Amino acid sequence: MNALSSDLLTLLPELVLAVSAMALLMFGAFRGERSASLTTWVAVVLLVVVAYLLIATGAPKGTAFHGAFIVDGFTRFAEILVLLGSVLALVMSSRYLEDLRLARFEYPVLILLATLGMLLMVSAASFIALYMGLELQSLALYVLAAFHRDSQRSTEAGLKYFVLGALSSGMMLYGISLIYGFTGSIGFTAVAQVVRASGAGIGVIFGIVFLISGLAFKVSAVPFHMWTPDVYEGAPTPVTALFSMAPKAAAMALFLRAILTSFPSATPQWQQIVWAVSVLSMFLGAFAAIGQTNIKRFMAYSSIANMGYVLIGLAAGSAQGVQGALIYLLIYIVTNAGAFGVILAMRRSGVMVEEIADLSGLARTRPGLALVFAMMMLSLAGIPPLAGFFAKFYVFLAAIDAHQYVLAVLGVLASVIGAYYYLRIVKIMYFDEPAPAFDEQLTVSLNTVLVGSSLFTFFFIVGAAPLVALAGAAAKTLVP
Amino acid sequence: MHLPILSIVTFLPLVGALLILVMPGEGDQLAKSARWIALITTMLDLAVSLAIWAGFDGNSAAFQFQEKANWLGFGISYHMGVDGISVLFVVLTAGLMPFCILASWESIRTRVAEYMIAFLVLETLMIGVFCALDLVLFYVFFEGGLIPMFLIIGVWGGVRRVYASFKFFLYTLLGSALMLLAILWMYLYAGTTDIAVMLKSAHFPVAMQAFLWFAFLASFAVKMPMWPVHTWLPDAHVEAPTAGSVILAGILLKMGGYGFLRFSVPMFASASHSFAPFIFVLSIMAIVYTSFVALAQEDMKKLIAYSSVAHMGFVTMGIFSLTHQGIEGGIYQMLSHGVVSGALFLCVGVIYDRMHTREIAAYGGLVARMPVYAACLMVFTLANVGLPGTGGFVGEFLTMLGTFRVNTWVVIFAATGAILSAAYMLYLYWRVIFGRLVKPALQTIQDLSLRELAILSPLVIITLIMGVYPNFVFDVTHASVANLVHQSQLAMAQESKPSLEGGGVNHSVRAGR
Repeated sequence: MNALSSDLLTLLPELVLAVSAMALLMFGAFRGERSASLTTWVAVVLLVVVAYLLIATGAPKGTAFHGAFIVDGFTRFAEILVLLGSVLALVMSSRYLEDLRLARFEYPVLILLATLGMLLMVSAASFIALYMGLELQSLALYVLAAFHRDSQRSTEAGLKYFVLGALSSGMMLYGISLIYGFTGSIGFTAVAQVVRASGAGIGVIFGIVFLISGLAFKVSAVPFHMWTPDVYEGAPTPVTALFSMAPKAAAMALFLRAILTSFPSATPQWQQIVWAVSVLSMFLGAFAAIGQTNIKRFMAYSSIANMGYVLIGLAAGSAQGVQGALIYLLIYIVTNAGAFGVILAMRRSGVMVEEIADLSGLARTRPGLALVFAMMMLSLAGIPPLAGFFAKFYVFLAAIDAHQYVLAVLGVLASVIGAYYYLRIVKIMYFDEPAPAFDEQLTVSLNTVLVGSSLFTFFFIVGAAPLVALAGAAAKTLVP
Repeated sequence: MHLPILSIVTFLPLVGALLILVMPGEGDQLAKSARWIALITTMLDLAVSLAIWAGFDGNSAAFQFQEKANWLGFGISYHMGVDGISVLFVVLTAGLMPFCILASWESIRTRVAEYMIAFLVLETLMIGVFCALDLVLFYVFFEGGLIPMFLIIGVWGGVRRVYASFKFFLYTLLGSALMLLAILWMYLYAGTTDIAVMLKSAHFPVAMQAFLWFAFLASFAVKMPMWPVHTWLPDAHVEAPTAGSVILAGILLKMGGYGFLRFSVPMFASASHSFAPFIFVLSIMAIVYTSFVALAQEDMKKLIAYSSVAHMGFVTMGIFSLTHQGIEGGIYQMLSHGVVSGALFLCVGVIYDRMHTREIAAYGGLVARMPVYAACLMVFTLANVGLPGTGGFVGEFLTMLGTFRVNTWVVIFAATGAILSAAYMLYLYWRVIFGRLVKPALQTIQDLSLRELAILSPLVIITLIMGVYPNFVFDVTHASVANLVHQSQLAMAQESKPSLEGGGVNHSVRAGR
């Protein structure tokens, strides 16, 4: 009994979220469509409360449910990242959903459930818990992708995401079963002990390969990235914003923990896979984004490339690498929130536009909006003094520290290519002749996101030290 | 403690930019206030920089006006300071800015507020480069400058502005990206990115130095620019607005030379020594080859751009002679070229504002209608040629003198460059100023306005002073350059030991990390 209550206490934030999500679902079901806006804001408050719980309760450290879940500094940091991504996406979505008559109470509830899944993912310490969190997250996200059910593209995106997601889940499950079969355990640390004692046999290696394939799908890393542009383009824009932030952070945190704690003694084996995935993602993302005309597809390839940089942190395989990856994810989430905030503001007489050409001359029609978007693009390109530079700085630092010189050189080369397509957006906004102006008024919440993310991106350089230290402390709990 | 004067000189323009950003008003009203705010800010900044110069102790080689504050932690801090090598570049930057603002007073008519903001932000970043005493801080300033310059070329530039701005940005970024990796490597090796600490105590192994040296070369050679990575410069110069060209030629190019002096020569002494012949070859190519290219140009700005590449060849040659005269000559050449080439671009801007063409063939016989202009241009032309009595002579002479002590052949080739520069500059002057004024469009051209005279006359005076009294520069640079040469020789002496004794020293350096 006592053990159970301590287990429950360890996972208190997750439990609060689970119970209240179900309560909100009941509430919405009884109140009907009218409650959409209310449920959205209740969901935002809930997520903030959970974040507060995470920070304020002093986070009982340790494992729960016989080692199925673990709560440590790394978990906490990643959970905050996930919640940040979810809150930002939820806050930005209200107006857009109303425009498309999508404002239904299921939307915030689904986001809450997806977030719950992500929280479980980042605190998973065994392969079963990992899979459970992942599926909870994925199922909610499949529905969200198809949320605009009258739109052909949205339903297609949902279906595509579902079919490919199911395939990747299957692959991952296959990998997990191999790992279980050859090591006899499913806990990360238990697997690590067995692999250390008896070496990584061919069966375990196969398991790792399938596991990485599944995880690479979730973080949309090459060669499992194909779904990303289609789903990003088809899904409703606020959902795309969510896709690009919270699930990426959760899946990447899971990736880091699953690989680094389960297979520290098989590093040379998985390192070369991660190395290749990272390089391919950076380059494919960079080259493929150049030719895009749709801003959401563009952001999809930008996501792919950015995940490649985060994977440099994993390929380094050190605490420094984890620190770099965490800092990268934090900056990436905030920058993406700002970018999608601008994309959500791309409306002409109440209709959303998504072509990059629609941004032409934005600097003259809407200088503020153009400034924000230019800042986000340059930050994603990694140009100092903006936040994105420090994201790249710390992953490259980790790579060099781990003697991954070739990876670092390829990384900076890819970032120069990447700079080209980000600059192209800046060029279109600042150099080209203006296209018809966008609608004037933005909602208060959208404005808040835009201003907040701009301030973060610009002033990160001043206040970086505590965040870097926090990420460093979090990384130390994962890789001592 | 003392006033953080370097932070003030660096961030004052940023304050001005913020002021313009929050300035109310529309259209002409806003443009007017933006111009005045920019002018006043840059003048104030110039005053602060002059105060720094006045307070600078030329007898000391140490970093002065130091400021240090926590920044990223783990050996990366906000550390500012200037020595004899950098302080005059701060003054040069602050000094050229008011001219740029004045030169844009009437020629920039669209999006004036944004233009002024871009220039003020650029000033902050440029001054920061010369003040930074931390590698990461240096890199942030060095790279950050690309953004405003990209916008200046791309928004207010000429017909092929998009191509030029992208080429400028990507070329420079590619070079700097490699430098970033080198910086990270140095950080991991030394445990700090503090430049002052590194200069004093970090001894990088010889094999590592070679990589680091080339990584830094990749960045600075593009910035300088050295042959054969100079091709972005003519494009950028031609398309940039006048003030943009002034900044490019006057200051951005000097960052490369400054980088060599601050990092390559003292920190990678043995690599600098081993690869000096390589730099000599590139310098000679730059001097001779681009001089010939300049001779064939039809566009005034392009001609001056190629002449810049040639002059920067003298600078790299002087710096990598690793002699006192060579290095001091290189610094002097950079300073005088900053003034002279800036002034030449301003002169081109004067007639461009009137005729809206930079084709040399469109002019001729201007002396008849514009005698004052002809006189000003004469001074700058001769200074660019390197005639004794102008600022250009001192630098060229000293770099050649310094290099002569190391390698005679290099100087023989370089000296032909001096002749070639006379050829292309005088040929330019002849075609534009002399001859009969026959072109109908030129019949009504006006001589310098009061504003233009106010811009050009101080530059004429400075050019002449630099020609006859170079000591006001050398008083400042002397101790620091002597120290630099001494450090470099010391490092060389240390490095030559292990090869005699069998690598024992190398081991102890690693252990002492």
